[in-house]
Amino acid sequence: MIPDLGKYAGAVLGAYGASILLLVLLVAVSLWQAARIKRALAGVEARAKAGAATEATDA
Amino acid sequence: MSIWEYANPKKFMETSARLLPWVTGFAMVSLLGGLFWGFFLTPDDFRQGSTVKIIYLHVPAAIMGTSAWFMMLVTSLIWLIRRHHVSALAAKAAAPVGLTFTLIGLVTGAIWGQPMWGTWWAWDPRLTAFLILGLFYLGYIALWAAVDDPDTAADLTSVLCIVGSVFAFLSRYAILFWNQGLHQGASLSLDAEENVSDVYAWPLWTCIAGFLLLFVTLVLLRTRTEIRARRMAALLSRERMAG
Repeated sequence: MIPDLGKYAGAVLGAYGASILLLVLLVAVSLWQAARIKRALAGVEARAKAGAATEATDA
Repeated sequence: MSIWEYANPKKFMETSARLLPWVTGFAMVSLLGGLFWGFFLTPDDFRQGSTVKIIYLHVPAAIMGTSAWFMMLVTSLIWLIRRHHVSALAAKAAAPVGLTFTLIGLVTGAIWGQPMWGTWWAWDPRLTAFLILGLFYLGYIALWAAVDDPDTAADLTSVLCIVGSVFAFLSRYAILFWNQGLHQGASLSLDAEENVSDVYAWPLWTCIAGFLLLFVTLVLLRTRTEIRARRMAALLSRERMAG
C-alpha cells in the first residue's frame, strides 16, 4: 500500500509522522479544553441559577 | 445586516454552532483527501525523488503559519480600534493554531532540506524570518498567559502582533526582494512559469484548502471556548462579590 519512497523513505515518513502528530495534538488539546470549559461553565451557570431562585424565594 | 453583529458573543456562538459541523466536514475531506492524493497517487520528482511529497505538508503549513498571523493582526486592530471582545478572543484562539502550523513548516522544511540542500538549517532570510515569527507566536501566547486583566492582555498582545507582522510579511515575501539564501521561489504562483507541475499542483491546492479549513474550524472552536471561559470568569467574579 505504501508507495516505494526509495532512499528518502525516512525523511518522507518522518515529515508526515511529525506533522500528523502535531496536528493530532493540537486538535486533541482544543477538543479537551472545549469540553472542560463547557462542563465547568454549565456547573457555574446552574449554581448561579439556583442562587437567583433562592434569592427570589427569600424575597 | 452588519458584520459587526458577530462581535456580539451570543450572535457569534449561535452562528459558529451552525457553521462548525460543515467547516469541520469540509476540512477533514479536503485535508485527508489532499494528503492521500499527494502521498499515494503522485509520482516522484526527477530531481527531488520522493521528498517532493513533503510539499503537501510544508507549503500549506508555511502559508497558514503566516496567514494566521495576518488574521490575528486584523482581529487585533479591530480590538484596538473598536474594542470588540470577540475579535481579541479570536486572535488569542488563533495563536496556538498558527504556532503549530509554523512548527510543522519548520520541521518539514528541515527534514526536506537535509537530503536536498545538505543541511537541516540555513540562516536564509525567509527561514530566519519564519523562525522569528515562531518565536513571536510563543511570546504572544506567553503574554496572554502572563497578564491577569484580560483587556490589558488584549491591548499588549495586539501591539506585539503589530510588531510581529513585520516577520510574517518578511517570511512570506522576503524571497521577492531579498535575492539571497537557499530557499527557492514560490511553488504556486499566478505566473505559470514558476509553478510546480499540475500533477503536484492540484493535490497541493487541495491540501492548502484543507489546512485553511482546519484553521477556520479550530479558530471557531477555540474562540467559542474563550468566550465560555470569559463568561465563566464573569459569573465566578459575581459569585465572589455576592458571597
